[in-house]
Amino acid sequence: MKDVVHLVRLAALFAVGIIVFLVARQMIIPAGFGKYGHFRPGALDDVRAKPISFAGHETCEACHDDVHTQLAGGKHAHLACEACHGPQAIHAEDPAKVKPVLPNTTQLCPVCHEASAAKPKWFPQVISKDHSGGEPCKTCHQPHSPAFGKEAAK
Amino acid sequence: MNMTRREWLRSTKLLLLTPAAAAFVDRLCGDTTAIPDKYQMAQHYWGMTIDIEKCIGCGNCVRACAAENHVQSGSFRTWVERYHVADWPADQPIVDSPDGAFNGFPPMADTGGKSFFVPKLCNQCEHSPCVQVCPVGATFETPDGLVLVDQSYCLGCRYCVQACPYGCRFIDEAKQVVDKCTLCYHRISKGLTTACCEACPTGARTLADLKNPKDPVHEFLRNNSIQVLKPHMATGSKVYYRDLDESVR
Repeated sequence: MKDVVHLVRLAALFAVGIIVFLVARQMIIPAGFGKYGHFRPGALDDVRAKPISFAGHETCEACHDDVHTQLAGGKHAHLACEACHGPQAIHAEDPAKVKPVLPNTTQLCPVCHEASAAKPKWFPQVISKDHSGGEPCKTCHQPHSPAFGKEAAK
Repeated sequence: MNMTRREWLRSTKLLLLTPAAAAFVDRLCGDTTAIPDKYQMAQHYWGMTIDIEKCIGCGNCVRACAAENHVQSGSFRTWVERYHVADWPADQPIVDSPDGAFNGFPPMADTGGKSFFVPKLCNQCEHSPCVQVCPVGATFETPDGLVLVDQSYCLGCRYCVQACPYGCRFIDEAKQVVDKCTLCYHRISKGLTTACCEACPTGARTLADLKNPKDPVHEFLRNNSIQVLKPHMATGSKVYYRDLDESVR
């Protein structure tokens, strides 16, 4: 019977060791680790926590329905509002406080429409100096429905 | 020791509670970071399609990405390259990308040969070389098909920057950890499209959900000539290019 005490001591030592290991493991491994794969699921929340800058054209259309209707009937129908007007999430959040700056068409339009041999042939492009002589594009073109005359009929 | 099967079962019925106890313990000290909203990760598998014939090299995507993701100047989560192939064979193309096309490209005169634009971004590889080399498991593939970085784990060792065959990773100078395209995970998990797709004026880029049977991507992939970058590296790239020239690397 005396010999059994040694075994009990040894078993107790092992038990303590196992408990220490389990507690340490619980403390070291981040919560939920391995739930979706070999990573910390909280990392997904970290990435997703970033605020958005581009509100998305559906948000714009909720208020600017008139512009959307005009846009949908023209050559720029496939353009999202923020492609030209820039990120407007802060404007969408508080329209009274943050007013978007109206883009300068002299600079904005050539970003896409300045002629270049690398651009696909189907894309409407002009050499802006010859085309307008420095006049702002919106002198003739309404940016939300830019085509007129022969172009509009196409 | 004489015990019938019936007696043994009776004496061990407490064992039946073990799974319940395990679930209870898991609830107590386990996962508390479950994504609390409507986004169902298992129902999505993200990629992107890029139509070369539609890209006009305006750089709107590069500017939108920088604005949305606060990308440090000089680094790019997405950028646009301009290729010029003077003659066949197309093994020596002239490629330029001034400032990642942040300000677009200067006009180019027609000198013969062919020229075109190639937008690039993280290919969200199914078998990512960058994930394989990370020594601390800081970068990983998610069930919805993205390659993301846990910046709280990243050591900034740059192995993945070297491993990425597409040059899509860079070091965030302020945090000294790696950064890359997240395919605007903060947007697409809210039902929006990515900043680059939102800003693209010609629809050259389209976000694709490969698990959504109604997504037009399936028709796009079926009906067009589709290529991926560096297919010989078997990375399982999920950025699908339509009519990509053979000169593109």
